[in-house]
Amino acid sequence: MTRGMKKNLYRIIIAFVGLLLGMGAQRYLSFNPDVELILYIIIYVIIGHDVIKGAAGNIIKGQVFDENFLMSIATVGAFLVGEYPEAVGVMLFYQVGELFQSYAVHRSRKSISELMDIRPDYANIKEGDAVKKVSPEEVQIGAVMVIKPGEKVPLDGTVLEGSTSLDTAALTGEAMPKEVGIGDFILSGSININGYIEVQVDSNFAESTVSKILDLVENAGSKKADSEKFITKFARYYTPGVVIFAVLLAVLPPLLWDRGNFSDWVYRALTFLVISCPCALVISIPLSFFGGLGGASRNGILIKGSNYLEALAHTEMVVFDKTGTLTKGNFKVEKKVSGISGSLTEAEVLEAAAYAECYSNHPISLSIQKAYGGEINKERVTDVSEIAGYGLKVKFDDKTVLAGNEKLMRKENINFQPVREIGTVIHLAVNGIYEGYLVVADEIKESAKSTIEALKKAGINDIYMLTGDRKETAVHVAEQLGIDKVYAELLPGDKVDIMESLLHKKTKAGKLLFTGDGINDAPVLARADIGIAMGGVGSDAAIEAADMVLMTDEPIQIIKGIEIAKKTQVIVKQNIIFALGIKFGVLLLAAMGMTTMWAAVFADVGVSVIAICNAMRAMGRKL
Amino acid sequence: MKKVFKLEGLDCANCAAKMEDKIGKLEGVKEVSVNFMSSKMTIVMDGDKEKEILSKAEKVIHKLEPDVDIKAI
Repeated sequence: MTRGMKKNLYRIIIAFVGLLLGMGAQRYLSFNPDVELILYIIIYVIIGHDVIKGAAGNIIKGQVFDENFLMSIATVGAFLVGEYPEAVGVMLFYQVGELFQSYAVHRSRKSISELMDIRPDYANIKEGDAVKKVSPEEVQIGAVMVIKPGEKVPLDGTVLEGSTSLDTAALTGEAMPKEVGIGDFILSGSININGYIEVQVDSNFAESTVSKILDLVENAGSKKADSEKFITKFARYYTPGVVIFAVLLAVLPPLLWDRGNFSDWVYRALTFLVISCPCALVISIPLSFFGGLGGASRNGILIKGSNYLEALAHTEMVVFDKTGTLTKGNFKVEKKVSGISGSLTEAEVLEAAAYAECYSNHPISLSIQKAYGGEINKERVTDVSEIAGYGLKVKFDDKTVLAGNEKLMRKENINFQPVREIGTVIHLAVNGIYEGYLVVADEIKESAKSTIEALKKAGINDIYMLTGDRKETAVHVAEQLGIDKVYAELLPGDKVDIMESLLHKKTKAGKLLFTGDGINDAPVLARADIGIAMGGVGSDAAIEAADMVLMTDEPIQIIKGIEIAKKTQVIVKQNIIFALGIKFGVLLLAAMGMTTMWAAVFADVGVSVIAICNAMRAMGRKL
Repeated sequence: MKKVFKLEGLDCANCAAKMEDKIGKLEGVKEVSVNFMSSKMTIVMDGDKEKEILSKAEKVIHKLEPDVDIKAI
C-alpha cells in the first residue's frame, strides 16, 4: 500500500466507526436533531472532503459528468432530503471502493513489473586478473563476464569456462533448469543456479534478449481489444444517460401525477446518481486483459496487445510453417547418391554441394557444410547467385555448379531422374551434367503432435501446413502429425497468396493464426490475424512483424496461449454481464421506488470490488 | 511520428478513456492510445505540429487528472 492509500484507509476506519456510533446514538438516545446533523456533517467532511473539492474544481473547469461531481450531488441531495446516515454511508462506501480499486491496480501493476524483473543491474567484467563491476550498458562485445551462482546473466554470450544450470523460467516459462557448458550460447535474463562460469559477450545491452523482451512487454498494450473499446464507448453514453434520466425522475412524476411528493422522487433520482458511475466496468476490463497478458508472459508467451489476446480466443484456423516450427530445423545429410551420368563420387558430390552452399546460412546449407566437415576455402567459389525457391548457382573452380531442387534442374535444362525420398533432396549438376543428389532430413518436434491433437480437441479443425519443401516430405511430416491440409513446394511469395485465400475462406468472426520461426516469413506473419513467431527473440524482423512471440521452440505454447485467452475472455464477459445486469436491475428497482441508496451503493462499489477480484483471476495466480 | 509517454499517477480508468477520446480529436493527431494499466500514452501525430499537439494534450490530461506527471520515454 502506498502512503496515500494508508491515509485513506485510516479515514475510512474513522468515518466507519463514527457512522456506527452515530446510527447507534440515533436509535437508542434521543439527540437534538441539530446536533445530529452537525455530527453527520463532521463525519461527512472527514470522509468526503476530497471528493467535494474535486467536484468543485471540475465544475469550474467545465467537467460535469465526473464521478466526484455525481457522488457529491447524490450525497448532498441525501442530506437535503433528510437521509443523513445514507449520505455519509454512500460517501464512505464510495471511498472504500476507490481504495480497493487503487489497491488492486497498484498490486497488479507491481506484480507485472516483478514478473518482468529480468533486467540485470550489473555485469562483472574480467580485466586481466581483476574483476570489475560495471553497468550492463557499458559492456562491449567480446568482453569476458564472470557469473557466480545466484546472479543474473547480464548479456547474451557464449560460455568460455565452467558449466552450470540456468534458470530460464523468467524468459521461457520453462521450469526445468537448462544445463550449459563450454561453447553453449546463453541468454541474458536467465539466472545462474549453481556453477561459476566465464562468458564471452556476444551482443551489447540494447541488442540483448533482456532488452528485447522488456521492450516488447513495455510497449505492448497500445492496441486495445474490442471489448475494451466497447466499454469506454458505453461509459461515454451511460453516465449522461443515467443523469438525464435521474433529472426527469426527480421532476416529471411530482409535476404530472404524484403531485407534491418531491422528496420521494428526489430520493429515487439520487439513488440513480449513485449508480451512474461506470467505474467497475471501465476498470475491470483493462485489468482482466492486463492480467491475461501478464499471465501469458509468465508462461513465455509475449503478446503485443489485448486485441491479440482477444483475437486468440476466437481462433478458427491455424496455419503452420513446417521447418523450424513443427520440425526442429536441425537438418542432417542422410544420404549421398552419385548419379549415373556424372563422374563424381559420393564424397565429391558432397564436396561440390558444400562449396556451392558455402555462402548461405540456410539450415539445409549449414547441414551440408557440416556433413562435408572439411575446411572450405571460400575463394574457390565465385559468381554466387541464389534463386529463391530453387537453389544456388555458383562458379566453383571455374566449373558451373547448380545445387537445388527439381525445379532448378528443369529451369536449367538438366537431364535428370526425379527421385522419391523422404526429406529434402538437393540435386547437383556440374557444367550442365547431372552428378547426383543429397537427402537432408529434419526431425519433428516433441510437442508438435500433441499441439495438433489439442487444437482439434479445442474444436479448431482448420489446420494447414505451408512449406517450401517438396510434396513427399511435406505429406510425410503432415501425416505423422495428423494435418490433412498441406501446401508444399511454395516460393516465399506463394505463402502470402495462400494466406490471402485462407483469410477469405474463414468466417468473419474467426481468426487466423500463422506460426512460423520468423525466418523469411515476416510478410506472412504480418498478413495473418495473429502472427506468431517462435523460438524466442532470435530475429528482429520476426519480432517486429509478429503479434505474439513464443519464447521456447515448442508449438504447444500456442495451446497455453489460447487457454489463457479463452479464460480472459470468459472473465471479461462475466464482468460485463454481471456489472451491467446488477446496475440496470438496481436502476429499475430504484425508479420504482423499491430500493434504497444502500442497494445503490452496493451496485456501484460492491460490483466494482467483485468485478476487480474476478479480473485478477486472469493473471492465473493470487496477487 | 510516434511518441510514447509515461503518465505517472494515472489513477482513474474512466479519465484515461476520456483523455484518449479528447486527445484523439485534437487536430494533427492520427492515433492515440492511453493505456490505464501500464500508465502509458502512445501518440501518432503530424511531426510539424508536435509542439502544439503536445501542449494541448498536456492540458487535456491535467484537466482530467491534475496530479499526473507526464514523462517522455
